[in-house]
This record gives sequence, structure tokens and C-alpha cells, in this order.
Amino acid sequence: MYIVKRFVTMLLTIWVIASLTFIIMKFIPGDPFASDADVLPEHVLDNMRAKYHLDEPIPVQYVLYLKSLVMFDLGPSIQSETRSVNSIIASGFPASATLGIQAIIVAVVFGLLLGIIAALYHNRLLDYISMVIAIIGISVPSFILAPLLINYFAVKWGMLPVASWGSFQHSILPSIALATTPLAVIARFMRSSMIEVMNQNYMKTADAKGLSSFKIVFNHGIRNAILPVVSFMGPLFVSLITGTFVIEKIFAIPGIGKYFVDSIFNRDYPVIMGTTVFFSVILVVTLFLIDISYRFIDPRIKLTSKGD
Amino acid sequence: MEHLLKVDQLKVNFNTYGGEVKAVRDVSFHVDQGEIVAIVGESGSGKSVTVQSIMGLIPSPPGMIKGGSIQFEGKDLLTLSKRQMRKIKGSKIGMIFQDPMTSLNPTMKVGKQIAEALITHRNFSKANAKNKAVEMLKLVGIPNPEARFQQYPHEYSGGMRQRAMIAIALACSPDLLIADEPTTALDVTIQAQVLELMKELQKKMNTAIILITHDLGVVAETAQRVLVMYGGVVVESASVMELFENPRHPYTWGLLQSIPDTDTSEKKRLVPIAGSPPDLFSPPKGCPFAPRCKYAMDICLEEMPTDYDISDGHTAKCWLNDERAPHPETFARLGETENA
Amino acid sequence: MEKIMTDKRFRPVDKTKMRSEVITRPSLSAWKEALLHILKNKLALLGLLLLTVIVSLAIIGPHLLPYSASEQNLLNANKAPSAKHWFGTDDLGRDMWSRTWMGARVSLIIGFAAALIDLIVGVAVGGVAGYMAGRGIAGDRVDGILMRIVEVLYAIPYLLVVILLMVIMEPGIATIVLALSITGWVGMARIIRGQVLQLKSQEYVLAAQKLGTSNWKIIYRHLLPNTMGIIIVNLTFTIPTAIFAEAFLSFLGLGVQAPNASWGTMANDALGVILSGQWWRLFFPGLMISLTMFAFNAFGDGLQDALDPQGRK
Repeated sequence: MYIVKRFVTMLLTIWVIASLTFIIMKFIPGDPFASDADVLPEHVLDNMRAKYHLDEPIPVQYVLYLKSLVMFDLGPSIQSETRSVNSIIASGFPASATLGIQAIIVAVVFGLLLGIIAALYHNRLLDYISMVIAIIGISVPSFILAPLLINYFAVKWGMLPVASWGSFQHSILPSIALATTPLAVIARFMRSSMIEVMNQNYMKTADAKGLSSFKIVFNHGIRNAILPVVSFMGPLFVSLITGTFVIEKIFAIPGIGKYFVDSIFNRDYPVIMGTTVFFSVILVVTLFLIDISYRFIDPRIKLTSKGD
Repeated sequence: MEHLLKVDQLKVNFNTYGGEVKAVRDVSFHVDQGEIVAIVGESGSGKSVTVQSIMGLIPSPPGMIKGGSIQFEGKDLLTLSKRQMRKIKGSKIGMIFQDPMTSLNPTMKVGKQIAEALITHRNFSKANAKNKAVEMLKLVGIPNPEARFQQYPHEYSGGMRQRAMIAIALACSPDLLIADEPTTALDVTIQAQVLELMKELQKKMNTAIILITHDLGVVAETAQRVLVMYGGVVVESASVMELFENPRHPYTWGLLQSIPDTDTSEKKRLVPIAGSPPDLFSPPKGCPFAPRCKYAMDICLEEMPTDYDISDGHTAKCWLNDERAPHPETFARLGETENA
Repeated sequence: MEKIMTDKRFRPVDKTKMRSEVITRPSLSAWKEALLHILKNKLALLGLLLLTVIVSLAIIGPHLLPYSASEQNLLNANKAPSAKHWFGTDDLGRDMWSRTWMGARVSLIIGFAAALIDLIVGVAVGGVAGYMAGRGIAGDRVDGILMRIVEVLYAIPYLLVVILLMVIMEPGIATIVLALSITGWVGMARIIRGQVLQLKSQEYVLAAQKLGTSNWKIIYRHLLPNTMGIIIVNLTFTIPTAIFAEAFLSFLGLGVQAPNASWGTMANDALGVILSGQWWRLFFPGLMISLTMFAFNAFGDGLQDALDPQGRK
């Protein structure tokens, strides 16, 4: 059955990512405490190594690592002794989730709207305007756009706070900056999907039935055009999450992305490893859910039938 | 008597990268109440464009109606607003398309696609529209209509989809049904069934039908009158009997010779029409068929023939019908002596 | 004679002078038609023009002003664009014009190199998988294993892997290219395999095989022309993806290290000073990244339209 097969592939992917992460981390010259070696006395270092099982042979470490992953324990942080990766993720999650959800809403709503308008006015002025907006959205990276937004909306015009997190006002600029690229991609995708649908024979059938233009476009056009866009939500979600690294850094938002970037700067390997696995699991599970829901939305694909 | 539909001097052009295509050139014909008129021609002859103009389905751009009129029940459809046109489409004129596999919306239940027209034109409530739609499914011979109502097009076979298309087109009991090659995409046995169904419903509902086809066999079985189109022009028009017995255009001769005759036991070779259809980007000055015509004369290449009245209701656009032209049977001999 | 010929025009046409089979319009080859098509696409042409300008300036740009990209001059720090320093100077007094075009070299080299590796690995893997598929149990197994690997790699978020690799590797142009292409070839492999499979089932390929055409000739005459378009289009999208990824890495401090500069590192350096009014520090590298992305995307889109005969009106 498709869902089961797909689920197994998902678990396999997570396992590959977890193992890859583990292997990559073992390639690091020295151990995570190497940089502290000259500061801390030898017996303290030994204690820490024992605590993190670094004194065990690598296969044992690997098994222990997988075991703790299954228990949803992503391990400790080295930089801040008291905090685990789990607690870092827990504290960063609300901000990241808020930012991500707002950005998704903005991207989907305005992206679809722009794409539909462009398709309906195909090869006319509104089409060109929409597509220029979309091309700019795709071409300008968020780490260029975000400082520009801050410079104008926050510094020059003082309409919104410059950075940091707290109120809804704080979340507006980062959400827009994060949403721009996916918005543009959705708009382009929706436009070409919609243009294709508008040329389908069943649109002529709907027209020949004497339906109003509104009904033709909504009941027959958009419903069909949106399906391929749904299948595209996966990659969109991926780019959104990687986008949060940059956006949270620029706007100084205390989200998981910022902690991740900080851990890269500090070379806090267990945190890098833990958050990478966390992000991967979120992404792979989301892709799985999108794939499954797509099969529910499109009546032509039966969940019982074989994939592809 | 007033004609149900009267198309007069219709001209349709398409703008393409290669230039302007004259897809339909001065096409005139009429359809009376309850009559089946067939339009025959090969692909690219302008038959589909002609009927799509009636329904206002020509995509514009690139399509453009350059002239003529389409009188339907006393109104010129070409002058109606979009809103007025919508009241006629699906209500007074129904249409069936060539490819039943792609003509139904894949993500909408078939029943709903039938009910839609009823809700729009007849102000039916949802429940009433559903009842009527189920009734229509039954009428077009789909077994177990209540269950079929709830299904999506991909759960239907090709023949059933075309039946569903007929149900959609006839839901509001239109006065005119346009069927654009309704059987071309179907298996031969299914073709016969669908044609039979259309004839039966036509009698029951007294609907006039314009039947587009490239199959003269279909014409002989269903239609009363027939138009032969070639290169965007109506080259011959007659009652079916008259056309088969006394064809007066070389293209029609060609078509008649290329019908496989299954009734006679003698082995006859099928005679294909030599050459390829005209290039509509730069249509020849004269008769569009002249370059492929065995009987072409100098004038055919220079001037478009006029419509010659052969008998009541039978016209042919061919110079051979002029009194100055030689008799076709003497042609081969003439050509040799003249040009030797 | 049956009838007197009164009108000369009613004489049969001289058949030897009339040829109905003549095709009146010359039919263009697929490539020529694609070329004509793209020449009509103004946006694609603009993209191509921009690309040419950017590549040329990456080559000659640093030589147009008498400053090297790494030459520091603290007396001349933080100067706005002027006749002397066209793009201004940074906080160490380095000339931004020279740095921008040196950065262009880095970005373009990374983009092209990563795309080239993706292309080679992707074509090899995709070609082998597509070729082996349907060739007995062993063939199907090869295809199955390759595709399972591709499937799992495809599901792994690209930038996460790249970040992870860059964390443990010495930063530098070569390692960035390596990290970018370690999973980057997967998309190309999928496309190539799909194309090969599709072509294998095409009737004209079967016909060519049955007529005894050699495998090489089939590859040369049918496979190559038919997959070339999709490969080129895919390249025009993988190059900007790689350039973007490099800028992204550099922005996170994982990219090119000083004294080298890329557009990403320059944008990252400028973040701290944008609020103090030194707009040129962010503007020029940002503009160049955006223009490059735009140029590749516009050109790629145009190419895609032009090479897709079905999609053409």
C-alpha cells in the first residue's frame, strides 16, 4: 500500500540523515572539547568525554546516539552546560513557528492571487506587472531584501520595529522578507499551471454550458490549477526553513534558526548535529504529509494504488 | 419559414507567428428546427472553427471574427454581449466536443457537471438539479445513474464519458445541439451506439443538430443535409440523397471514392485524394482545391468559383459547373491534346 | 469535339507545371525554430545580455581601476562612490568596484563548476539507470538501487547537507563546490533517467532499432537532440542555485574566507553598517547577486519556452 511504502521511505531517509550527521561529526579533527583543552584541567575534560560517551568506541557511540534519537533526545549542548538541544529547540520553537506560519500564509495567499491574476490577463499589462514582481522576488535573496526592508520601513519611515521579537509588529518585516521568494515561486508556478488549465478542453465545456466567467475560473479553473501547486509545497517548506536561518539572524529573533547559526559560529557540534536532525525530521515528515494529503485532494489518485 | 440558425458570409481569421490564417472564408448555411445538418471536411478545413464561432468559443486573441452574421432565433449572435450570449450557451445551444477524455473536468463529479447547467439556466435547486441530472444520465443510457452521479470522469469509460457529455449538452433541452466530431475518438462499436443515441434523443426532444465529421458514412446514416468544407470554404452543399447521387465538386468525388464500401463484395481499391490540404497562411487566389484537383483549369487557379445552383438546395463551388467548362469525362483526353 | 472552347481560361491546366505536393513554407529545423523563438523573447534576450555583461566585467572589471581587491587603505575607508572609487570603499578602505568583480569571479566559478559536476555525475547516473532499466533482472536491479539512492538523497534538504559539510571542511572555493555538488547532481540524474526511459519507449526509436541503426547513432541522432534542451534548461537553473547557495553560506560565515571575497561575504560584512548610511556596501553586491539570478532565470525561462515545441503557440 502506498502510505506504508511512503512511510518506510520516510523512516529510511531520517535514518540516513541521522547517520550521515553522525559520520560527518566524527570527521571533525579532534573532539568537541579540543578547543577547551588548554583552559580546562585534564580530569574535567575526561569527565566530560565520559559523560558524552566520547570514550566509547565509535560503533557504541553510534548505537547510543540512535537510541537517544528514538527517545527524542537530541543530546546536550557544549557551549551552555545547562542546556540540552531539546531545551534550545523548545525555547526557539514558538518564535520560529510563528514566523514560519505567517510567512507561509503570506506566500500562499498572495502567490496564488498574483499567479491567477497573471494567468487571467495572460500577455496583457497585469500579467507583465505580476511577473516582474515575481521575477524580482525570485532574484533578490532574502538577506539582501531584509536589510532593505529594515532600512526603509523601520529606520527611515519608523513604521515598524527594527529588530528583535515580541509583538505582532515585530513579526511583520521578517515574515515579509521570509515570504518573498516562496511567494514569487508560487506565483510563477500558479500562473503556468493556470494558463495550462485555461487551455484544457473541459474549460471549453464549462464555457459552452453558459456559466459565468467567475464560476468557470473558480469551479473549473483554480481547482484544477492548484493541484500541481500543492505538490510543490514540499520544496517551498524546505526553502522556508533554511530561510529562517538568515532572517532570524538579521532580525535577531530568538528562534531555532538563530540558535543553529550561533552554534555554527561557536562550533557547538552537538547542537549543530541535534538541530540538523530536528530540521530534517520536520522537513521529511512535512513532505510525507503533503504527499499524502495531495493524494486525498486529487480524486484521480487513489491511496490504494501504487505510487508514481 | 424562419430558419433556426442562419450563418451568413462568416469570416474568421487567426493571428499566428507565421502570419494571419484565414480559417473560415465566407461560409453561409442554415439549419432548420429539428433538422440534422452535417459538415464534412478534413482537419483544417474550418468546420470546427465555424461551429465554435456560433458558440462564441473562438479564443480571442488569436482568433478574430472578421465579418458576417450568425442569426439564431432572430438574433445576431455576433452582436450579443457576453452576458446575453451566456443565456444562450448551454441553454438554447448545447455543444459536444470531440475528445470525451479531456472534455470533462477531472476533479468534479460527473453529476455535478450536469447539474451545473440546470442550476445556472433553469434556476433549479440543488436537489432538483440532482434529480434531473440522474434522469439525464439514465436517458443517455448510463446504467446505475444514482451511483454514477457521484463518480469522477476517470471512473467512466470513453463511451460513457461521451454519453455524459451528451447529457450535459442536452440537460436544458436546447433547440440546437452542436456535435463536433462526437465519435471520432471512440471505438467503432461505441461510435455506432453514440450516434444511435444522438438520433434517438433528437427525435424525442426535436432538437436540431449540427454534426461535424470527416466520415461520410456517419453522414449517410444520420443527417438530412450536408455541407462539404475545404480550405475554409463550403465547396458543396446539398441534401444527403442528392450529394451521394449527384455530387458536383471534384473534392466531393474524392471523398465519396475514399469511403470503404462494405456492402459490395467486389474488391474495390480505395482511392485517396492526392496532395495535401492548402496552406491557409497564403490561400491560393482561386479555388482552394485546384492544386490537388484532377480537373483543374486555368481559371481555377485565378478566380474563386461562384456558387452554382445545381438544383433546389444543392450548390457547388466549382467552375466545372459553368457552361463554358468541358465535361469532366472528356478531361483527360482534352488535357493531353491541348498540352501536347 | 463536344464543345467549342469559347473561353481560353476554361482549359485544363498544364499538369507538368503544377505540383500539389510542394510545401509552400520552408520547415525550420527544431534548433533554428528555437533560436527564432528566443530572439523574439525580449526578457530572455535581456537575461542573455546581462549575463554577457556580468561575465565580461568579472574578467576585465578588476583591471579597470588601479586598486587591487585586497589592498587596504585606512585613510580612505568608508568612502561613498566617487569618480575615484566607482562603488566606494569599505571599512578597510578597499575598493568596492574591484572587490565586487573579484567576488563575481568567485561566485561565477563556483556556480559553473558546481553545475558542471552536477551535469557529469547526473548524466552518468541517470543515463546508466535509464539504460539498464528493463534490461533483465540484473538491469532492473541496477536501476532500482541507483534510483533508491537518488530518492533518499533527493529527500534530504540540500542546504542543510551543505551547511553540515562546510562546518567540518576547510572553507574554500574547492570545498564549497564539493559540498554543493555532493547532493546537487540528484535532480539532473532524475531528469536524465526520465528522458532516457521516455525515449526508449518512443516508437521512432524502436523503429530506428528495428531498422538496424547502431546504438551510437540512436544516441547521437535521437537521444542527444531530444535531451539537450532539457539539460541546458536545467543548467540555467542549477548555476544560479549554486551561486545563491554560495552567497547563503558566505552569509552564514561558512563560505569564502578573507582575503577572498564573494558577493555573499560582502553582503554579510555590510550588515553591520547598513544602518549607518553606508548603503553602497550592501547595494552593489546585493544588486549583482540579484541581477545574476534574474539574468539566469529570465534566460532559462526563455530557453525552456523555446525548446518545448508542445508548449509553443
